[in-house]
Amino acid sequence: MLKRSLALPFLSAAALLMLSTASLSAAQDDVVDIVAPFEITGLDPAKSGDIFLRMRIVETLVEADKTGNPTAALAKSWSVSEDGKTWRFKLQDGVVFHDGSKLTAGAVAQSLTVARAKPGLLGKAPIEAISADGADTVVITLSKPFVPLLAFLAESRAQILAPASYEGSDVKTVIGTGPFRLTSLEAPQALSVERFANYWGEKPSIEKAAYHSVSRAETRALMAESGDADYVFNLDPASRTRLAKGDKVKLLSVSIPRSVLLKVNIGKPVLADVKAREALSLAIDREGLALAILRYPAAATQLFPPSLAIWHDANLAPLGYDPDKAKALLAELGWTPGADGILQKDGKPFALTLTTYPDRPELPLIAAVLQDQMKEIGVALTINSTNSSEIPAKHQDGTLELALMARNFALVPDPIGTMLSDYGPKGGDWGAMNWVNPGFEQALDDLTRIADPEAGAALRAKAVAAIQSDLPVIPIAWYQQTVAVSPRLEGATIDPFERSFGLETMRWAK
Amino acid sequence: MMKTLLNRLIQAVLVALMVGMLTFVMARSLPGDMAYRIAAGRYGYDLVDQAAAAKVAAELDLHQSAFTAFSQWIMDLARLDFGVSLISGAPVMEEITQQLGNTLELAIAALLLSLLIGPPLGILAGLRPGGWLDRTLMLISTALRALPQFVVGLGLIILFSLTLNLLPAAGHGQSQHLFLPALTLALGLAAVSNRVARDAMLSVQQTAYYSFGRTKGLSDWQVFTRHGLRNVAVPIITYLGIQFIYLVESVVVVETLFAWPGIGHALVHAVFGRDIPMIQATALMMGLIFVGLNGLVDALCHLVDPRRRAHGSA
Repeated sequence: MLKRSLALPFLSAAALLMLSTASLSAAQDDVVDIVAPFEITGLDPAKSGDIFLRMRIVETLVEADKTGNPTAALAKSWSVSEDGKTWRFKLQDGVVFHDGSKLTAGAVAQSLTVARAKPGLLGKAPIEAISADGADTVVITLSKPFVPLLAFLAESRAQILAPASYEGSDVKTVIGTGPFRLTSLEAPQALSVERFANYWGEKPSIEKAAYHSVSRAETRALMAESGDADYVFNLDPASRTRLAKGDKVKLLSVSIPRSVLLKVNIGKPVLADVKAREALSLAIDREGLALAILRYPAAATQLFPPSLAIWHDANLAPLGYDPDKAKALLAELGWTPGADGILQKDGKPFALTLTTYPDRPELPLIAAVLQDQMKEIGVALTINSTNSSEIPAKHQDGTLELALMARNFALVPDPIGTMLSDYGPKGGDWGAMNWVNPGFEQALDDLTRIADPEAGAALRAKAVAAIQSDLPVIPIAWYQQTVAVSPRLEGATIDPFERSFGLETMRWAK
Repeated sequence: MMKTLLNRLIQAVLVALMVGMLTFVMARSLPGDMAYRIAAGRYGYDLVDQAAAAKVAAELDLHQSAFTAFSQWIMDLARLDFGVSLISGAPVMEEITQQLGNTLELAIAALLLSLLIGPPLGILAGLRPGGWLDRTLMLISTALRALPQFVVGLGLIILFSLTLNLLPAAGHGQSQHLFLPALTLALGLAAVSNRVARDAMLSVQQTAYYSFGRTKGLSDWQVFTRHGLRNVAVPIITYLGIQFIYLVESVVVVETLFAWPGIGHALVHAVFGRDIPMIQATALMMGLIFVGLNGLVDALCHLVDPRRRAHGSA
């Protein structure tokens, strides 16, 4: 009697379970559920503009094709003046914002002017004025010729919003021109979109989609596997290997313009000699490291991966692995092994602090492998895995020694933008530190002025070769982006420039 | 009774002040440059650089003295103004109310589920100490308590979402999303509460009044409902108060694992991003909830235990 009555709560618990499981799984509807790690931190394009662009809510003046060349988007054509200082952009006809208002040159000029004053690449271009000439032409005047302007205009932070989106320079609502319209936003974790009936371009087949931010990679993989999510962005290596064994999801992979780099403070006396940096580079078994941690053959042989065709130089002698040569180089510099195996010079050990961050879970793991491999040649590394902002902060106060980072070279489709901010004359927070190479600087500067493709190719080769020989950063691995796609979804793609989830080409399998 | 509640109220005010002060001092003394941390929180690691940090510092007036900033916060708090989030720019109150609602939903579901699982099993075990149920429960409870919630949660996802394909793995928005995170929390709670219930049942069963009840001819059921239940309930309810600590620390992990947009998740991100107004407000809310729930436990014990009412004290 007693036992039976106490069993009642169990039965009700079981009933509760049955009840909640009776309803169908979330993904069995017509909403494309997209899952990625990025949180929606705000409406401002400078904060989460990349998510709005990936969800195709907003558009930019210029787009990029698969190889990174600029293509027409909201601007259907453009021209540049003889002296290279005046750019004129002709807008597409019949474009309306999601609030029904027309896209005008005035609205574009306003969006770009606001974006320029906020953190972003546009603020780094030598722009003097952005103005409207009539209703359908935007004029950008520069203080000096600047070829990468087109790429800069394709950046997500230079997205075009309706005048009604702004209150002063603050963005209050996201009213774009994209094929999808924002219907709900629950920052920081979710947003929903719906197909926009009056879209100017080709209408997508998908009617509704939702974006979910899920920070844990394991959770993302499980959501893909259980069918809760239809398009899961950024899988961790272990989950990817596991998912590849089953047939619950389709995996798409593409090599992306993001490299794992070891940033070196050349101002540190122990690292000032190029032989010391070469020794560090030779101590790294890149192939073993990539296979063990990233689990794909992605050892970097130079700064840019082959997917960035115009910047990758196939003729460049690859970075190699040769610990004996590394030891010999350090011996040449006067380092001798101490009792504990760590190299010494003038009574001081060859010891460095390596700063990295766990936002990309593979980085601390790579750091641990590097620590081991450096120890082989007698270099002691201390790992400091901290917030990503420590790298720019320590760059600025000069205390950084080594930093392990994953740098995206395609914040804009042409890496020249990132190259300028990372390897410009004073170095950059995410690039060189105290590195001086006049030939390299000249090549980079010429690249911003010379539009001729052949001359450009020669300049790029020169710049890449300078980095390869001077090693202001030591390239370690190239990234591959992997997404898991539901078998119910057809036409899914993966964008190497991380600009789109490809909602516009997806359709439900019949 | 009134005195107890008054005490709790004073406690609440003290908690508010202490939490405010401590979170402020701690957030300020964390290593790393505030402006860079906030910029990283806002723009992400690809876009944080010196220019972004400088803009943040200028916009938020980060160079003002700690004392000015703190007195400003206390003044605002007195007006029940929590300020705006340094990361998203939205009013903290707005963000918190939404997240708090989500967390409360999860916590209450977990608590109810744990009450359905833990105490009934514990009482059954306590009635037959050393029996197979008692021993099995001991094993399971120890295992569940020893495993981090992270592992328990993953195990549940693998069982319910992948193998049985009954429930969504993670997310928020539909009622079935609640079950797995709530169960993860509930199992951790029940792992201890069944032990407490078992010991309480055992000690009540060994008392003279309980044996007397049996001797005078009451049935198992009668003696349990008349003499057992109420006496067993007091330690279980009191223990609930302590369990809230476990809940508060667990929601942080469970919310992150299940992508549940609650206050624990918000707190973690606020700490990473040095979003001081958010840290202060979330910690404050957690502190106040803790005090409030303990007040509720006091009141419940008061109702269940007539001896407390007779003496008129807590």
